[in-house]
Amino acid sequence: MAAKPLLEFNDKGIYCTQGQFFIDPWQPVKDAVITHAHADHAKWGHQNYLAHSLSFEILKYRLGADINLQTLDYGNTISKNGVQISFHPAGHIIGSAQVRVEYKGEVWVVSGDYKLEDDGVCTPFEPIKCHSFISECTFGMPVYQWKPQQFVFDEINKWWRQNVEEGKTTVLVGYSLGKAQRILQHLDLPIGNIYTHGVIKNTHEALRRNGVKLNPTIRVTPETNRDEMRKGLVLCPPSSVGTPWMRKFFPYSFGYCSGWMALRGAKRRRAADRGFVLSDHADWDGLIQAIEATNCETVYLTHGYTASFSRYLCDIGYDAHEAHTLYGGDEANEQDEDPVELVDEEGKVIEPEELVTTPQREKTQLTDQEKSIALKKAKKAGGAV
Amino acid sequence: MKAFAQLFSSLDETNKTNEKVRVLKEYFSSVSDADKIHTLALFTGRKPKRQINSTFVKVWAIEMAKIPQWLFEESYSVVGDLGETIALLLPKNLSSQDKSLTTWIAEINALSKLNEEEKKSWLTNSWAQMDQQERFVFNKILTGSFRVGVSQSLIIKALSEISGLSSQVLTHRIMGNWDPDSFSYTQLMQEEDGSEDTSRPYPFYLAYAIQETSDQSKSAEEMEQILGNPNDWQAEWKWDGIRAQAIIRNGEVYIWTRGEELSTEKFPELHPFLLSLPDGTVLDGEAICFADNCPLPFNVLQTRIGRKNLTKKILADSPMAFIAYDCLEYQGEDIRSFPLKERRAILENMHEKSTHKDIFRLSPVVNFDSWQDLYQLRLRSREENAEGFMLKKLDSAYLVGRKKGDWWKWKVDPLSVDAVMIYAQKGHGRRADLYTDYTFAVWDQGKLVPFAKAYSGLTDKEINQVDYFVKRNTLEKFGPVRTVKPALVFEIGFEGINKSNRHKSGVALRFPRILKWRKDKKIEEADTLEMLQNLII
Repeated sequence: MAAKPLLEFNDKGIYCTQGQFFIDPWQPVKDAVITHAHADHAKWGHQNYLAHSLSFEILKYRLGADINLQTLDYGNTISKNGVQISFHPAGHIIGSAQVRVEYKGEVWVVSGDYKLEDDGVCTPFEPIKCHSFISECTFGMPVYQWKPQQFVFDEINKWWRQNVEEGKTTVLVGYSLGKAQRILQHLDLPIGNIYTHGVIKNTHEALRRNGVKLNPTIRVTPETNRDEMRKGLVLCPPSSVGTPWMRKFFPYSFGYCSGWMALRGAKRRRAADRGFVLSDHADWDGLIQAIEATNCETVYLTHGYTASFSRYLCDIGYDAHEAHTLYGGDEANEQDEDPVELVDEEGKVIEPEELVTTPQREKTQLTDQEKSIALKKAKKAGGAV
Repeated sequence: MKAFAQLFSSLDETNKTNEKVRVLKEYFSSVSDADKIHTLALFTGRKPKRQINSTFVKVWAIEMAKIPQWLFEESYSVVGDLGETIALLLPKNLSSQDKSLTTWIAEINALSKLNEEEKKSWLTNSWAQMDQQERFVFNKILTGSFRVGVSQSLIIKALSEISGLSSQVLTHRIMGNWDPDSFSYTQLMQEEDGSEDTSRPYPFYLAYAIQETSDQSKSAEEMEQILGNPNDWQAEWKWDGIRAQAIIRNGEVYIWTRGEELSTEKFPELHPFLLSLPDGTVLDGEAICFADNCPLPFNVLQTRIGRKNLTKKILADSPMAFIAYDCLEYQGEDIRSFPLKERRAILENMHEKSTHKDIFRLSPVVNFDSWQDLYQLRLRSREENAEGFMLKKLDSAYLVGRKKGDWWKWKVDPLSVDAVMIYAQKGHGRRADLYTDYTFAVWDQGKLVPFAKAYSGLTDKEINQVDYFVKRNTLEKFGPVRTVKPALVFEIGFEGINKSNRHKSGVALRFPRILKWRKDKKIEEADTLEMLQNLII
């Protein structure tokens, strides 16, 4: 066995020394393998990207058409310096993959984000046998136990019907990549039209270019007929909550779809009319079941309740470790979205990155590139909203 | 219970007042009278006595959930509510139940006769028949921590719309010393007041602040604009004691505090003067410590409020008096509709005749000719041991609840210091799993000394930012408390400051809260303990 572990955590991401590539790095690197297209896993500025083929268009849309992106289907393998890399369904969102890495018979799997329930939209999770498993644990507390999605969708459709009866617009909030498609494919279409925020519309267009079939939607524009909308349902991302854009739909009832809605406190903080417990992450039982199914000896835990979950896994006989990463999870707590500006002893602003436990970021060479990408993105967003 | 649990979640599901009233009306129109009055009791803070120690509840829940105790504790700190934590952790119920709220409460009350083993089997069986929402509401009732996010006025509004009785009448009727076994829904709703409760107080009339925060300070001119002619107004000092209603009826004395707590026995010094008043008198005033003709700071009173036994020493150290400012009932007649100047005349007359003037005091009327006069006088509030002024319109009736217009409080601006946050703890309820409770420190000889805790004053956005900081800058963890890197400076406001032996810093603050996050300040610029000590009068 090599002196170094096959995969390790360093200041840029999850690194494979033998294969000289990173998985979901949070700082610019030469070769990046991407589990899925959410912003905390697919960052800007890498020289080469490898992702699942269904992430192709969405990555180009989010990171710029000029990125150097190679794709791979589930079950296919490529080799890098003797290291076999393959993708396997993670069931998190369309195009999400677990990354299996094998070298001289030793197997590691990086889960990315995953859920066990077949959501009917993306390819369902498949457990992969391995020696070491790097697992997310966003909802790694026993208080998080999901109900079958059909139950939640029945609730959503019932609420929508009631709003139509009461003459209120139905506004449903969920992340634009993943949650929005999952909701869209399970809405009771005969009730009314589905309207979308521009960001979701663009996401859907990217997915459709990739051959994904989605139910028809109408983009909300200033010309959209408000009376018609009261019979329909508007899908929008969390960033639109409380904005003038959303207030235009008055009178409306607004629902929030997220795993965090399982707790009363979180639900009340969002001040949503309705909180629907719907997550694209595994719940407590799901996490344990997934880990068991890998037959692994060692578990590394990223994002979420890593401390308590690793302690619990150790209690039940695993060699479990907390790993420090910068993943926030697509459903990260709201506090992660608005980092504080702090001043240091000289009164200078401390960058949020420096506050985090990992070493400082080397950003000198890439600032300009980042800037230009940011500009492009801003333009795109401006055009979309 | 199903209907009650459903009511609770429906109320949770909406922020809109009208919707809440609609949900309440629907509920009240569909359940039995017994369930109605039990619901009303729960919603007005009349909880059944706690029959099972919450440690047992916890231990039995842990057993049933089959998880280690530490994981239960961690879960609790994430959820921030014991009843909800248990509801979420217990295995899914395989059977269901259909008992009414009244039956469940009767069963809870009957627990006092059971031994520990019997209690345990009753509780685990009960849990096994309930779904998550039922368990949550049931746990809240069982552990005596039932609170609902609906103001009393909304419940009154719903009941008033159902019954046709006015909300003032209903507010009055649900006050006082009743429980669902002694007071029926029919009694509550009948045309004539059916209560025989001689202890029953009137709803307090509460004033709004004329300036919400210190940075919205009002000038004399602005006061003139808002309130008009100063001759129409009566000004009194705003005393820093406990607002109380003192009652004598049928030769019995009752003292109610503003939180609707019957506290007669806590203030034995006030009984003789009350007994000497004409029967059928109700006074509104301030229970406050007094010595040498001078009101004492609130912390003197604080030392005795929590005590069960009032020892001779406590009575000697914290002598009570009652500063009366209004008369609500005279010779058995409700005179709340009389104008203030008439009620005041009755009060003054009663005081004149009293032989207990050292205890029964009148809140003096402060003379002023212009708002400018009063503005100047207000700056002297702290020397008078007052919190500012109460302004009452001379022709005002004594209204029910918090109403704008006729009564105002004009508080003195808070004192403030800049302090460094050094510890943080997670909050509860809406703030569960967020670091929202902070301890602040000031400098003393190069060290940061903690001197105050504060929970309020930041916006939700700021709380999220501080939480983000705390989670990434923890130095040490002590149970639920985290020591954080001293880096954030806040302006802490407080109403008063006194010496204290109980605090490490040697000072105790009255009502500390965060006024402002001073992102512009470095920790070296925070204030010193010496500066705090200099603020003590």
